[in-house]
This record gives sequence, structure tokens and C-alpha cells, in this order.
Amino acid sequence: MDADDMRRAIRRMAHEVIERNHGVADVVVVGLQTGGVPLARSLAATLRDIDGHDVSVGTLDVAFHRDDVGLRPIMPEAVTDIPVDLTDRIVVLVDDVLFTGRTVRAALDALAGFGRPRAVQLAVMVDRGHRELPIRPDFVGKNLPTRRDELVDVSAEGVSLGSVADSVGETTP
Amino acid sequence: MRHLLSIDDLGRDGIEEVMALTDSFVEVSNRPIPKVPALRGKTVAWLFYEDSTRTRLSFEAAARRLSADTMNFSVGSSSVKKGESLRDTAQTIQAMGVDAIVVRHGSAGVPWQLTRWLDCAVVNAGDGWHEHPTQALLDCYTLREHFGSLEGRRIAIVGDVKHSRVAGSDVRAFAALGAEVTLVAPPTLLPASLEGWPVQVSHDLDAVLTTTDVAYMLRMQLERQDEALVPSLREFTACFGLTVDRARLLPDHALVMHPGPMNRGIEIAAEVAESTRSVIRQQVSNGVAVRMAVLFLLLGSGRPEPIVTVPEEVAVHG
Repeated sequence: MDADDMRRAIRRMAHEVIERNHGVADVVVVGLQTGGVPLARSLAATLRDIDGHDVSVGTLDVAFHRDDVGLRPIMPEAVTDIPVDLTDRIVVLVDDVLFTGRTVRAALDALAGFGRPRAVQLAVMVDRGHRELPIRPDFVGKNLPTRRDELVDVSAEGVSLGSVADSVGETTP
Repeated sequence: MRHLLSIDDLGRDGIEEVMALTDSFVEVSNRPIPKVPALRGKTVAWLFYEDSTRTRLSFEAAARRLSADTMNFSVGSSSVKKGESLRDTAQTIQAMGVDAIVVRHGSAGVPWQLTRWLDCAVVNAGDGWHEHPTQALLDCYTLREHFGSLEGRRIAIVGDVKHSRVAGSDVRAFAALGAEVTLVAPPTLLPASLEGWPVQVSHDLDAVLTTTDVAYMLRMQLERQDEALVPSLREFTACFGLTVDRARLLPDHALVMHPGPMNRGIEIAAEVAESTRSVIRQQVSNGVAVRMAVLFLLLGSGRPEPIVTVPEEVAVHG
């Protein structure tokens, strides 16, 4: 996937969000730190572009809600910023890669501190499989079959696939 | 970071790290439900050999917002009254399975001694006249909110420096962040030696106030003064109290701080404490977020394995 493919995927997902929710009136887009944040911004901009209404954008850092706190080094990447009360809104969570589902579980836990949304939906640029929890995405840029030990990198330039061996110079079990 | 004993353990980088993490916990504290599960299953015990309201409550709020469990130990109603030693008390608490002990004690160095006896994390919540690092961290955070950076800022620490562990930690922290610190006090209320302290000293409060960015008023610690160090409280207030008239000498942007509890009318006039330049309340509310950051750094941010309790042989023969 290159940058143009990603732009087209975001545009398609935006249409799907509008179709599913009959507009964007109650929609709040929340990007997960760090990879989901730029995608959330461009999804919200595209929603505005298509539907004509302003869409609030928030960012969420789930470090304090992870289930592996204390097991590995965990520090927040950035300060969470949820600009509106989420009660009765439709939250579209945005992340770059959906893998085990643990980040999304932590995000659902974190969202509960900001009110009671009418619905929470999940948009991801890449679904690479290997879920460890009963979580599925509502809007997907691309389904990308992977091995567990591969790395998926999503940036402004596009999506690329590497192996752990490439990046850290060792093989994984 | 394994313990928080002194500001010196943190250095400039460590203080900046705590500040950055505190930003996140200020956000958590402002949520409709200000609680995160980060320290679920961790237990923090308070071991307070001296009175404290705000520090203990502030740590308590911090631990609860992180979902940690807390155990309270107050000396007045415990086996210490039956003559139990500090070491036995601390090891008994640890044997109940705590991950951190927050200690306040009237003698300098007690937190260091505890780290030799215990495996759990130790946080210094005030040791004698020596240090009170979390107070200094919340003071730095409050100043950073107003000034962005402390680099080159002038901070006057005024009053009973001699008995003040707050001053001990603040001087270290402010200097580490690049501020110019001036101690303003009568000679009898300064430590016997200021060797190695990165400070200037003045006995003329009026002169210092006209150019300072911050007037940090210390509590007159009457309970620690067993000799007459000032001729009278009225004279102390006349020379070193931040009265309404004297506060007018401050530059427009200058802030007034106080670690609490205040002796209104002695080191600070009530009107000054309530004025718009006073950030005393912000100090208190920032205190909770700073202590959340400290507890998270010690217990949640990446220790590879859970803390194990003290080995049996040490517990028995130690």
C-alpha cells in the first residue's frame, strides 16, 4: 500500500462511517497514540469534506490501562486529549494496525472514564490478524495476512511489511 | 528508578521525566472518572512517624486514582507505642506483601536506612530537616505550568530555612532546573553550614522581592524550635513576613508559593495567600498528580518482575 492507496482507503472508510451512522452528527473520532493519531485526523478531515459537518477529534493514550503494566516498560507517549463529553456520542476509535486486540481492549477501558458512548466503532488501516481477544474492526483499510513475527509499519508513505529479524538483527522463536 | 529518596537521585533528566509524566496524570485527574487501573494489585503502605495531613492524603488520593491498595500505619495507634523498633515495624509491614512504603520520620536518613532493610520501593515523604522530594517536584511542576521553564528564573526562599526539609529539596530541584535561588532569612534560621548549597543568601527581603520571579514562603516551624531563634514572632513578621505592603514590591508577574500548612499573619498575610499571584492551591492539586507519577514510575513503568518480599532468613535473623 502506498500513500495514494491509503488516501483512497481513508476515503472509503469515511463513506462507510457516514453510511453506518446516517451522517456524522454524533460522531467523535479518537486516535490511539501514536500511530492512530494522524489517521484519525485525516479520517475526520475526510468526514468533514464529504458530509460538511465538523467532527471532533480526540487522542487517547492507553498506557495506564494496558494489561501488561509492570511486565514490560510502559510509559505514556503523549497526554490524552478528549475534547468533548462522550456520553451518547458515537466514538470511532482509530488505530494504524490491529494485531492482538489488547490495545483496543485497553482503549475501551480508558474510554469508560470519559462518559458512556452510545456506540464505539473501530477503524484500522491494517488488520493483520492474530487476535488474542474477542475484538473485531468495523472499518478496515486493508486485510494483511501476516506471520506473528513479522512487523507491519504504517507511515504517511504507506504500509510496509518487515520481519523482526530485519529490525533488531535476531530471529524470534 | 527503584526508590525516591532525594532530589539528587533524579537529577535534571529525572525531574523532567516526572514532569512529563505528571502532565498525563493531570489529564487523568481531570477526567469525569479520575481513575486508571495502572497499579491494580499493588499495595502501598504509609509509615508516618510524624503528623501530616496534606502529604498523606495526597499520596492516598494518588494511590487510589492508580487503583493501588493502601495500608495506613499511624504511629499513635500501633505497636510502636509498645516499643517496636523501626526495623521490626518496617519489616513486618513488608512481610504483609507491600510493593512500596511511603515514609515520614523525624530523623534525617531514615528512608535510606529502610532501603537497606527492605526489598520494596521506598518513597521519602519527609525525613527530619533534610528532604521532602515530592514537595519539590510538585513545586517545580507548578512553576513549570506558569513559566514553562525554570532556566534563569529567580526564586527567593524565605523564612525558616533551618528546619525546612522543603527548602532542602526545593533548593536542589530548582537549581537542577537552572533557577537562581536566594535564601532570605535571619542568620539564626539558616542551616549551620550552607557549603555546597547552590544558593545566594540575603537578609534583606525588601531588596530581594523587587527582582524575584517567585517568593516561596516557608512555614515558621514553631514545633521544631526549642530555643529562641527570633526575638519575637512580631519582629520576625516585620522583617521576613510577606505582608500586604511588602507583596506590592513584587514584579507584576511574580508568584507567591507556600508548602502549607500556613501560619497566616506570621510568614504570610492572609490577603497575600488569597491574592491572584498566589499559587498555593495549585501546589496542592498538582501534588496528587506528581505523586501519581512517582508511584507509577516506581511500581508500574517497567520493573521486569513483581517485587518479592524479604527473604525468610533476613526476616527472621535481620
